[in-house]
Amino acid sequence: MSAIQTAARPESAQKVLSLYRQLLRQGNQFASYNFREYAKRRTRDAFRENKNVEDPRRIQELMQKGLRDLQMMKRQTVISQFYQLDRLVVEGGISGKDEAGHGETVRQKDTGWD
Amino acid sequence: MANLAPSVFRQASRLASKQSISGAPRRAVVVLSRASTAPARGAGHRRYVTQSKSDHAQVQVDTAIRLDRSELEKAGATLEVQSGSTTHVSPMADVLKQATKMDEGQRPIYLDMQATTPVDPRVLDAMLPYLTGVFGNPHSRTHAYGWESEHAVEQAREHIAKLIGADPKEIIFTSGATESNNMSIKGVARFFGRSGKKKHIITSQTEHKCVLDSCRHLQDEGFEVTYLPVSSKGLINLEELKAAIRPDTALVSIMAVNNEIGVIQPIAEIGKICRENKVFFHTDAAQAVGKIPLDVNAMNVDLMSISSHKIYGPKGIGACYVRRRPRVRLEPIISGGGQERGLRSGTLAPALVVGFGEACRIAKEELEYDSKRIKALSDRLLKGLLSMEHTNQNGDPEHFYPGCVNVSFAYVEGESLLMALKDVALSSGSACTSASLEPSYVLRALGNSDENAHSSIRFGIGRFTTEAEIDYVLKAVRERVGFLRELSPLWELVQEGVDLKTIEWTQH
Repeated sequence: MSAIQTAARPESAQKVLSLYRQLLRQGNQFASYNFREYAKRRTRDAFRENKNVEDPRRIQELMQKGLRDLQMMKRQTVISQFYQLDRLVVEGGISGKDEAGHGETVRQKDTGWD
Repeated sequence: MANLAPSVFRQASRLASKQSISGAPRRAVVVLSRASTAPARGAGHRRYVTQSKSDHAQVQVDTAIRLDRSELEKAGATLEVQSGSTTHVSPMADVLKQATKMDEGQRPIYLDMQATTPVDPRVLDAMLPYLTGVFGNPHSRTHAYGWESEHAVEQAREHIAKLIGADPKEIIFTSGATESNNMSIKGVARFFGRSGKKKHIITSQTEHKCVLDSCRHLQDEGFEVTYLPVSSKGLINLEELKAAIRPDTALVSIMAVNNEIGVIQPIAEIGKICRENKVFFHTDAAQAVGKIPLDVNAMNVDLMSISSHKIYGPKGIGACYVRRRPRVRLEPIISGGGQERGLRSGTLAPALVVGFGEACRIAKEELEYDSKRIKALSDRLLKGLLSMEHTNQNGDPEHFYPGCVNVSFAYVEGESLLMALKDVALSSGSACTSASLEPSYVLRALGNSDENAHSSIRFGIGRFTTEAEIDYVLKAVRERVGFLRELSPLWELVQEGVDLKTIEWTQH
């Protein structure tokens, strides 16, 4: 869920962009609304914040951090999908019924909530 | 009684009709129903329960009652039936009964970050190895299982120390801020009270219950306690503090950020006064650590209580900072194997400690980003809430942590508003006192009236709160406060311009 930047050299710019996309896609997999939104927001903000970084060392550092965060998110999104809770009142359409679209999982109710 | 039943039906149909029809005919219905019930009352009395100014007390049940058209038809009520006749309301009443059931998700929005916070996924990720594979006792010095746990614990200690600018050796792990507070206050008082020379403690009236209760306990043991009053904004007066310090004062305990009103006390100034008078200074920073920048050396803090679950860490762990130079001596409450410098014996829970450490590391890293964001969300919420009439913020609007917004809604009972806001998880005060209906002692200490204290609600904003949630809450609060006020006879009086203080209430 965190930091990186676009790079000076074109080939690493592509790597950075790919990492950005992967982070966003992974963040979208959180079952919990708040974590999902935070992951997307934090990724976006971190990349924007560091978009002018020129120092290759620093770029490398940030890339490493992003990769670590990606690994962490891969594990945590799986866990979050095991223990799903009901949706928040702010999510979803008026029908409130969840439909599986583009490879999403369908949520079901009651896990420790009556 | 005879005319009561139809008016209830009308009310119900009115609620329902707001869903479907636009402004002008709606108002007509309201006026009609009012007019038909009003003349039935005694003509000689002044009738307060009459028409209120239609622009102010508008009921908008849009978010309160979410009706699906299909749902309605299933219940046998068509839209024409609701707007027209009032005889056919029974299916409608059925639908209204389910008004609190929401069609979109059922889970409320969480806006009570002062009570506790969700565990950050990064924290959980750091904890998991210690809940599964690495299970060694961190105090085992004879084998590798112990060493790896110990290494993780020491690393976590370092993260916590860094967050508050301390040395890792000065961090004592406890079960939470309550234990840290107890340990600091009772420990220092008992250690220095033994010789009989230092028998005085200073604290403030708005402290957390566990500090106040520890002090009361010490009073039973023969200590003297001064409870400093606070100003109407929640800040303590430094002159009063200076005047309260005596030669036999052992400890001053003032919290950094208040848990109910979010007021930030001038910790650095208090620390300076305490250091000058050679009195130990304890601060309960459970709500402050990781949210506002803190440095124990710059602020001259001798003891500090920290909690993990307020900064997106796991519950059941906290820490106490105990200064080593100049050394603060405590009498331990828990004696045993001598872990944690003998101040808090008992095996540490490596998973919780690691989670706590990770939470602190993230808090330090994200402090700037989070504060900026929370400030923006808080401004949005406060602006929206204060734009409603007869609302005011409790606490100092200049010196408060923006993640804690405490607002009073006059002429609305706080508990009933909490019930009406079932889709938002809120609290009127600290979680410890949320079971009782008594008004908050913190708000009473600010000099607020009982009514004001009763009508206050605390909104806690955190790292994972989104703009959409704030907007939803604003909309819901606005509508339901309006709804509840319309029900309230007091509100009608206020709308008519009657000063409530001039009314002589008769007793029945």
